[in-house]
Amino acid sequence: MISLRNISKWYGEFQVLKDCTTHVGKGEVVVVCGPSGSGKSTLIKTVNALEPIQQGTIIVDNVNVTNKATNLAKLRSKVGMVFQHFELFPHLSIVKNLTLAQVKVLKRDEEEATKKALTLLDRVGLLAHAQKFPGQLSGGQQQRVAIARALCMDPVVMLFDEPTSALDPEMVNEVLDVMVELAYEGMTMMVVTHEMGFARKVANRILFMDEGTIIEDTTKEQFFTNPQSDRAKDFLAKIIH
Amino acid sequence: MEFDWSGIIPNLPYILKGMKITLQITVVAVIFGIIWGTVLAVMRLSSIKIISWLAKAYVNTFRTIPLVMVLLWFYLLVPQILSNIFHLPASTDIRLISAIVAFSLFEAAYYSEIMRAGIQSISKGQLNAALALGMTKIQGMYLVVLPQAFRIMAPLLLTQGIILFQDTTLVYVLSLFDFFYQSVEIVGKRDGTYVEMILFAACVYFIICFAASSLVNYIKSRIA
Repeated sequence: MISLRNISKWYGEFQVLKDCTTHVGKGEVVVVCGPSGSGKSTLIKTVNALEPIQQGTIIVDNVNVTNKATNLAKLRSKVGMVFQHFELFPHLSIVKNLTLAQVKVLKRDEEEATKKALTLLDRVGLLAHAQKFPGQLSGGQQQRVAIARALCMDPVVMLFDEPTSALDPEMVNEVLDVMVELAYEGMTMMVVTHEMGFARKVANRILFMDEGTIIEDTTKEQFFTNPQSDRAKDFLAKIIH
Repeated sequence: MEFDWSGIIPNLPYILKGMKITLQITVVAVIFGIIWGTVLAVMRLSSIKIISWLAKAYVNTFRTIPLVMVLLWFYLLVPQILSNIFHLPASTDIRLISAIVAFSLFEAAYYSEIMRAGIQSISKGQLNAALALGMTKIQGMYLVVLPQAFRIMAPLLLTQGIILFQDTTLVYVLSLFDFFYQSVEIVGKRDGTYVEMILFAACVYFIICFAASSLVNYIKSRIA
C-alpha cells in the first residue's frame, strides 16, 4: 500500500531523512516512534507529499508520489491525515468541516456529503455537536472530529502525526479508542506516536527512528521484548515506566 | 462673530450631489481595492519568484507615490486608454471613472499589505490540512485561509476604508465636485458662508467616521 524506497531529505545543509526504506502493507498498522527531532513527523508527511523529498521513491496505492506528473491533490484525497494540532477549520461548523472537501474535492452533492458526515460523527460519538464550532469542543473531541473528517473521504490509508501529543492526559484515551477501532476494522495505518500502549495493542510493526535514520523495522513483539539497537533500548527504558 | 446656518437646507440638493460622488468613489474603491489587494497579497506570498516580485514592485510603487499624483496621472492616462479601446466620443466625462480607477489601484496596495499580514497570521497547518484533504493550493487559499484572514483583518480593512473616505476630498484636483468641494468651495464661497460650511462639512465627516470607527471597535470586540 505504501512503499518508501531510499528516501532522503535535506533542509539546506541539514539532512533530516537519511536513506529511509520501509513498506506498509494493506491492512497493516505501522507505528513510527523515536526521540523528538528524529524525523518521524517529516517521514510521515512525505507519504502524501506535504514534505517534498530530494532523493528516493514513494509509491502509495500504486501511484508514484515522487513523479512530477502525479496529480497530488487526487492522491491526497485518498490518503487521510490527522495532525497533532487537529487543524479543524475554525470558521466552519463541525458538519461543514466534514463536508467541505467532500463537496469541493470529491464533488459529492451537499445532501450526500452531510449524510456521510453525520454517520461518521455518530461513529466517533459526536453527533450531538454537529452544529457547533471547533472552538466550542475539547481537544479530544476536536481530534475525533479530525479523524471523522479524514474518514469522510473514504481513504485507502490513514496517516496519524502524533495525534495525542497535544492533548491533556485525560483525553488521550478517547482518541486512541477511535484509532484502535479503526485498526480492528482493517484500516491501513501509519501512526507517529509515543503511545506504546496503543502500539502494543494494534501495531503489526514498529519503526524506530533516530537522527533521520530508520534504525529498527520489526514486529512489535521483537521490538518490545528484544530491541536490537542500544538507542532503541535506551528509548524504551525512558518511555516505559 | 455670528454664524449663518441658513444656507445649508436650501443647498442640500447640491451638497447631496457631492456626497453621492464621495460615496460612489469610496464604496467602489473599497470593494475593488480589497479584491485586487487580496490577489496581490496571494501573489506576493507565492513561491514563484517572478509573481512575488511583480506584486512587491506594484505595492512599493504605489506606496511611494503621493495619492494626488496618482489621481492626476490617471486623469491623464485613463481617458486616453478608455477612448482608445472603446472609441468613446471626446465629450464623454470620465473624470469619475478615472478617479475610481485611481483610488482602487492605489488603495489595493495598502489593502494587500493588510491581507498579507492576515494570511501570514493563519498557521501553516491550516493550509496543510486543506491540502491533505485533496484540495489544490488555490482551493485551500480561498476556502480555508482567506475566510479566516478576512475575519481577523476586518477591523483594519474597515479602518483603511475610513481613511479612503477622507482621502476622496482630493478629487477636486480633477475638478470633480465631491461632498467637501460642493459644500465649501461652491456653496460656502458663493454665499459668503465659507467658515460655516467648513464647520458643517467637518461635522458630517466627524459623524460618519466616528460611527464607522465605533463599528470597527464593535467588530474587534466580537472577534476577540
